[in-house]
Amino acid sequence: MEQKKQRNDVVITSIIKICGYSSILFVGLILLFLLKEGLPAIKDVPFKSLFSTRWYPIEDYFGILPLIFGTLIVTIFATLIALPFGIGTAIYISEIAPRWIKELLKPIVEILAGIPSVVLGFIGILVVVPFFRKFLNLPTGLTAFTGAVLLGLISIPTIVSVAEDALNTVPPGYRQAGLALGATRWQTIWGVTLPAAKTGVLTAIMLGIGRALGETMAVMMVTGNAPVMPTKWSIFFSPVRTMTATIASEMGEVATGSQHYQVLFLIGILLFVFSLVINIVASAVSTRQRKRAERILS
Amino acid sequence: MLITVLCIILIGLTSCGASSVSNASSSSDSAQQSDYIDNKGSDTIVNLALAWAEAYQTVDPEIRISVTGGGSGTGLTALINKSVDIANASRQIKQEEIEAAEAAGLNPQEFVIARDAIAVIINPENPVDNLTLTQLSAIYRGEITNWSEVGGEDRPIVCLSRETNSGTHVFFLESVVRLGDSEDTSIFAAETLLLPSSEGIIAEVRENPNAIGYDGLGYVTSEVKLVGVSSLEEPDFFVLPSVASVADGTYLISRNLYMYTPDVPTGVVKEYIDWILSSEAQEIVSALGFVPILDE
Repeated sequence: MEQKKQRNDVVITSIIKICGYSSILFVGLILLFLLKEGLPAIKDVPFKSLFSTRWYPIEDYFGILPLIFGTLIVTIFATLIALPFGIGTAIYISEIAPRWIKELLKPIVEILAGIPSVVLGFIGILVVVPFFRKFLNLPTGLTAFTGAVLLGLISIPTIVSVAEDALNTVPPGYRQAGLALGATRWQTIWGVTLPAAKTGVLTAIMLGIGRALGETMAVMMVTGNAPVMPTKWSIFFSPVRTMTATIASEMGEVATGSQHYQVLFLIGILLFVFSLVINIVASAVSTRQRKRAERILS
Repeated sequence: MLITVLCIILIGLTSCGASSVSNASSSSDSAQQSDYIDNKGSDTIVNLALAWAEAYQTVDPEIRISVTGGGSGTGLTALINKSVDIANASRQIKQEEIEAAEAAGLNPQEFVIARDAIAVIINPENPVDNLTLTQLSAIYRGEITNWSEVGGEDRPIVCLSRETNSGTHVFFLESVVRLGDSEDTSIFAAETLLLPSSEGIIAEVRENPNAIGYDGLGYVTSEVKLVGVSSLEEPDFFVLPSVASVADGTYLISRNLYMYTPDVPTGVVKEYIDWILSSEAQEIVSALGFVPILDE
């Protein structure tokens, strides 16, 4: 009996172990595949062509710079929009809202997270695009700005739910201590609760940026997809083409193994590297934070 | 993309349950001789191909036809990979594709199944009625950027195009942007918006008075305005796209639509293609806004 229990234990532990290692395996295999398909592009496509400013692959113009800048512009501004809204909503739900509002807001944010991005893109085309064109008097509403607003909306729920969980794990004693020392509610939130939950909040921001970086469908529908090289600040209010939209719209038609195919995979590698950098930066910042907190506590 | 997803529709026959199950499981490599036809390719043709597949059920209810979109290149690639019986294409097969097919032991056959006009469309508020082919080319090359240069209001021009994987895009590039000159290597201006679907182009043109776009005549709705286009030889003679003006050759921006089979068709595929070229099937062509081919 005792032996059987032990054997079960070993089996279940190893199954769980395999599950854990499998994600490492999958990431490794994906990276290998990307490298295998994409790296030949560096060899086959001249560097000068690859880092030129014109993307028109069916005539062998493989300049990926406009695509990189398109992605950066849209992602950065989406994050700037989503950050204050996301963290603000999380603080409100976790720290300020009365119980019944909390019970109402949480599922609504989850529903927002569940709306497929293609639906948001559709609403974007029919409502947001015309609105911004008239409101900001632009030549067209299909711009980086419209894309950033929609992406912000898409990444807010991610930021809210993760940041709110992080705030909830801060022990009530911290807040009580803050208030007992005469700090106002806002001072307690800003000076005590938020720093205590910093690791989780940073993770939330990181996931939000990752969501914005990888989003494809909504962006493809509302940014206009013109591979324009940014030369001035007004680029924000003109059409751009992102890396994800380029892969999504061109992958279906491209001949396997061709230069165009390899360059699309190279773009995939770059996207992979971008999200890796975001992850590394975020984890570096959060571990440094923990060390300092430990120092204070000891 | 949307069209691709929506159009993976199997036009099935369910009158006799047992036999339809066995039909469904029969693989498509033996399809030449079976009663299952796999038809894939151009998004431009997909509605037409669906209408034909549906109508064919009354001609021969034993045949099952599956129609999928995805783009002309996708269809031809599938043909070379021997995964379809008929590939739809809104452009002619390329030399490389013929070579690849021959390397795979195929002998692709071409059938012109209809003609299509590419309509140039603008917002109904835009007072411009006509453009010469030269003006259109300059607009899409980015040399003309304001409507006032072509007799319109003082508004920026926003050029809309289909994505580069579209047969329509390639056709417009060759016959309008490059004015049919095969030596010309000019391309669309970088500022040209590349929209993933016909619906996206129609929606933006309908709503934005700055926009100009192009699309197959069959997709154009009454909420946008058609532009008359003149030829290089007779720049003052403007023609609106219509079934009649394509049929008599006066509207310039028109093209053939094709179906390709992996080899000289036999059996049910031959019967189906023969039916498509018949006057009965060609009536469906004009009903969908395409132009029927003349007396077969």
